[in-house]
Amino acid sequence: MAGTFGLEERFADRHIGTDDESQAAMLAVVGYDTVEHMVEAAVPESIAVEPIKNSRIPAPATERQALAELRVLGGHNTVRRSMIGLGYYDTITPAVIKRNVLENPSWYTAYTPYQPEISQGRLEALINFQTMISDLTGLSTANASMLDEGTAVVEGMLLARRASKSASHAFIIDADALPQTKALLVNRAAAVGIELVELPLASTSPSDLPDSFGVFVQYPGASGNLWDPTAVIAAVKEKGGLAVAAADLLALTLVKSPGELGADVAVGTSQRFGVPMGFGGPHAGYMAVRAGLERQLPGRLVGVSQDADGHPAYRLSLQVREQHIRREKATSNICTAQVLLAVMASMYAVYHGPIGLRRIANRVHQKALAFALALKDGGFELESDEFFDTLRVRVPGKADAILAAAIEKNITLYRVDADTVGISFDEASTVDLLDDNLHADLSGVFGLDTDKFFVSMAALPDALVRETEYLTHPVFNTHRSETSMMRYLKYLADKDYALDRGMIPLGSCTMKLNAATEMESITWPEFANIHPFAPAADVEGYLVLISNLEGWLAEVTGYDSVSLQPNAGSQGELAGLLAIRGYHLSRGDTHRTVCLIPSSAHGTNAASAVLAGMKVVVVATDELGNVDVDDLKAKIELHAENLAALMITYPSTHGVYEHEVATICRLVHEAGGQVYVDGANLNALLGYARFGDFGGDVSHLNLHKTFCIPHGGGGPGVGPVAAKAHLAPFLPGHPMAQASQHPAFDMYTGRAGDVVHGGGPVSAAPYGSPSILPISWAYVRMMGAEGLKAATGAAVLAANYVAARLRDHYPVLYAGDNGLVAHECILDLRPLTAATGVSVDDVAKRLIDYGFHAPTMSFPVAGTLMVEPTESEDLVEIDRFIDAMIAIKREADDTAAGRWPADDNPLHGAPHTARAVIVGEWDHAYTREEAVYPMSALIRAKYWPPVRRIDNAYGDRNLVCACPPIEAFAE
Amino acid sequence: MADKTELQYTAEHEWVLVEGTTATVGITEYAADKLGDVVFVDLPAVGSTVASGAIVGEIESTKSVGELFAPVNGTVLEANQAVVNTPELVNSDPFGEGWLIKVTFESLPALLTFDEYSALVAE
Repeated sequence: MAGTFGLEERFADRHIGTDDESQAAMLAVVGYDTVEHMVEAAVPESIAVEPIKNSRIPAPATERQALAELRVLGGHNTVRRSMIGLGYYDTITPAVIKRNVLENPSWYTAYTPYQPEISQGRLEALINFQTMISDLTGLSTANASMLDEGTAVVEGMLLARRASKSASHAFIIDADALPQTKALLVNRAAAVGIELVELPLASTSPSDLPDSFGVFVQYPGASGNLWDPTAVIAAVKEKGGLAVAAADLLALTLVKSPGELGADVAVGTSQRFGVPMGFGGPHAGYMAVRAGLERQLPGRLVGVSQDADGHPAYRLSLQVREQHIRREKATSNICTAQVLLAVMASMYAVYHGPIGLRRIANRVHQKALAFALALKDGGFELESDEFFDTLRVRVPGKADAILAAAIEKNITLYRVDADTVGISFDEASTVDLLDDNLHADLSGVFGLDTDKFFVSMAALPDALVRETEYLTHPVFNTHRSETSMMRYLKYLADKDYALDRGMIPLGSCTMKLNAATEMESITWPEFANIHPFAPAADVEGYLVLISNLEGWLAEVTGYDSVSLQPNAGSQGELAGLLAIRGYHLSRGDTHRTVCLIPSSAHGTNAASAVLAGMKVVVVATDELGNVDVDDLKAKIELHAENLAALMITYPSTHGVYEHEVATICRLVHEAGGQVYVDGANLNALLGYARFGDFGGDVSHLNLHKTFCIPHGGGGPGVGPVAAKAHLAPFLPGHPMAQASQHPAFDMYTGRAGDVVHGGGPVSAAPYGSPSILPISWAYVRMMGAEGLKAATGAAVLAANYVAARLRDHYPVLYAGDNGLVAHECILDLRPLTAATGVSVDDVAKRLIDYGFHAPTMSFPVAGTLMVEPTESEDLVEIDRFIDAMIAIKREADDTAAGRWPADDNPLHGAPHTARAVIVGEWDHAYTREEAVYPMSALIRAKYWPPVRRIDNAYGDRNLVCACPPIEAFAE
Repeated sequence: MADKTELQYTAEHEWVLVEGTTATVGITEYAADKLGDVVFVDLPAVGSTVASGAIVGEIESTKSVGELFAPVNGTVLEANQAVVNTPELVNSDPFGEGWLIKVTFESLPALLTFDEYSALVAE
């Protein structure tokens, strides 16, 4: 299929790395005549599907055609001056950051920094982010970002419950919190038995507060009201509760920090630090905690350690507390961050510095103040006279008329109710464009005298004026010129290994091509500069694009309805399990809470099940890595009455097409349970089998794996949840969604679909992270159904080719029918370790010297490497990887044979920096050439790691999660 | 370092040194080796009451997080601050400087002998 160039340029031939000639050579090694025959031999016959008749996926478009269609869709979105606020603000992305980060594959194609030695650039950017958050919030430790503000508040609530000594199940929430945050809290609290108590905290006497394990305050409030929560916080803490504050980062440059107010936890979003609204996302949420709560932080945390030569080096800290190790005992199911967006926000602070940020905040505040004074002069009443950027104006009976008048001036306001409108000022409203004068336009909308202008210097309450310093570290006070900023971004990017350097064969991560055409439209204003709560009429293009994608994803997975709301795979899992919970509850089956999970499952499955209020029961797997059907039967029998669900990954986490999957699904259904199929490995199935056909009731997909959204160095992700019709009413809805029906626009009927997703929200925005959905839309649009199937075939062929060629050097741990693997293969290093003492770590780090990112280490089996080449790598690159693995095997054998001592050989010393082989005496048993040029091809193109192997224990024992002082790097 | 053959053990790989009504508790060398480099130890507050079998603390290594179970019903008399400050003591001297807590108890549940524990680990 691939490589047969006709007259038409086909995108599939660009996306798939191996052409016909390469595939023929690979098939000869694997032992099949065609890709089709090989996949048919691998995929159990019982689940294989016929090609879909009347497919909704159109014939493939060329790159140029796809962009033209996206232009049309974008044309149906209307960009206005957004003054809706509610946690989303227009912002000016510095062009140097847009071009050198957001549009730069060195940043967006990197993976989560699990291999810290080759990730120092983005780890430094993330520690800048953590320092920025810690400084602004006045709390000691911040993590490397959260999925969004709403989910960060939920995590804050869960953290408070874990850390509080109070026996209460109640959590107090501020009535003046963002509406989407409240909806999320309601949905998530119900599943885990937390009772929410909503109170108007600004007007509640602290002595009247009920017992609770914690309190949540919005600072400033959703209404804009800037009030001092110190007494409320103190009262809750007095009774053993913790205080969680959601704080606006721009406001914090002018007002007292949550830490100074006594908060234990601060959360929020960094969106307005230069990240476009994007109709809701992606953006980087944040969380910071006071000293003593570091080990309670969910998500990723970057820390400082040292390398083998004692030089400072960054790494992810406290990783063992995450769900891939702790499973159902994990702190949270959050297993990713929003790295690309956190990098952008941190660079916004690096570029503007503390003085620049304060200047922006002051301009925003003064714009708001000037208009507030104009309103009052015109006889209008404000809900609060103390605010930072947001006004609530009383307009009895006239809210709709005012909103309509505003639209005439190309401005969107927030309709609080029929008598009240909200106006939020932001960085963009401080800049007038052409003949467009915001103050005059707004004055017109409210019927004010447009010639009057008011200036006042201060409306911030004296008690809340910030006096403490922030962003004093040199990194925030150096890069003022664009030249300096551009070079800093290049300096950091050069330290890292991303897909623009070479293959990243991470098993279960699907590091395929993120094509430039797919990325093209995400920065167009028609997709980037749209508020998530914009009027439906302004987002028709988005709704059509979302509807298309919902329909296409439903078709390829065999489900009836799709929600694109979850903004990570873990959130998709949670949404799917909450749908199962909702379904059982709707039938009165309140006792169905047991979730069966195979022992081979990804740890996040178990963590998500706990957060959906389920009890995890582990099912054994056999020696081939498949679900042990006898044990499954026994567990079903034991829990039949209470069985809620089985979570199964297909193909399995071992990279194998399990033969018995249809039987397994049937057994669960017969006992009244639902089947959750984890779609993490969909890249091995697309076009050949469908989850919904072989028994799945609900699945999440990872658009950042199978559907080309780049990993961004550790986020963003999109984890849509797809379900059969009976579960669709329980998929995540959103109180502020522009359309309650799915699809919002059915491309067949031209009308809205009739499915309403009635579950509570799992993300802050109704459609999750829409601004990156054009990437997956473009991928499907340009591949077509045939292209998607060809990609699956090429991916499975590549994995089987790697397995076939490496099998003589490293045992391949699991295989399915006919000895074939799926889209990835597990190389067992345990025999090598036993024979030579060379560890998985040694091989992974040695691959860096050979110019590769290591495969997935010790997942799903300790002591192994899991290799997933994907369809996008060409044969030359795949062979280069295989040759490197074979050469490393030879080095290990040579070490075992006594050529080098066990503690002084190229593997033990890996990775080698330029400095390590150049500076000072070389007193090792191997040569410098053997260290850094083990293959002659490396002389032409060599990736030099910036640090040597990093000491994990040192970093976790000496936890430092902010920018180290410059002196730390002194020699 | 205590004489390992004189200590009593639990199936959760903890050792117990009984002196009068005080039990000193640590994790065994086997457990410490399995955990790998210990980086953080969280111990119960002095004076808190603990129930046999309940999780009362955490031992975190670079590979995983182990739980500390109370082997007896009782009251925490002492928590080893040296281990909190220098967690690697759990690796370097699990039966000595790496002890974790001392608990006063009224009655002692059935624990494993050295031979019984050795047999368990050998399995």
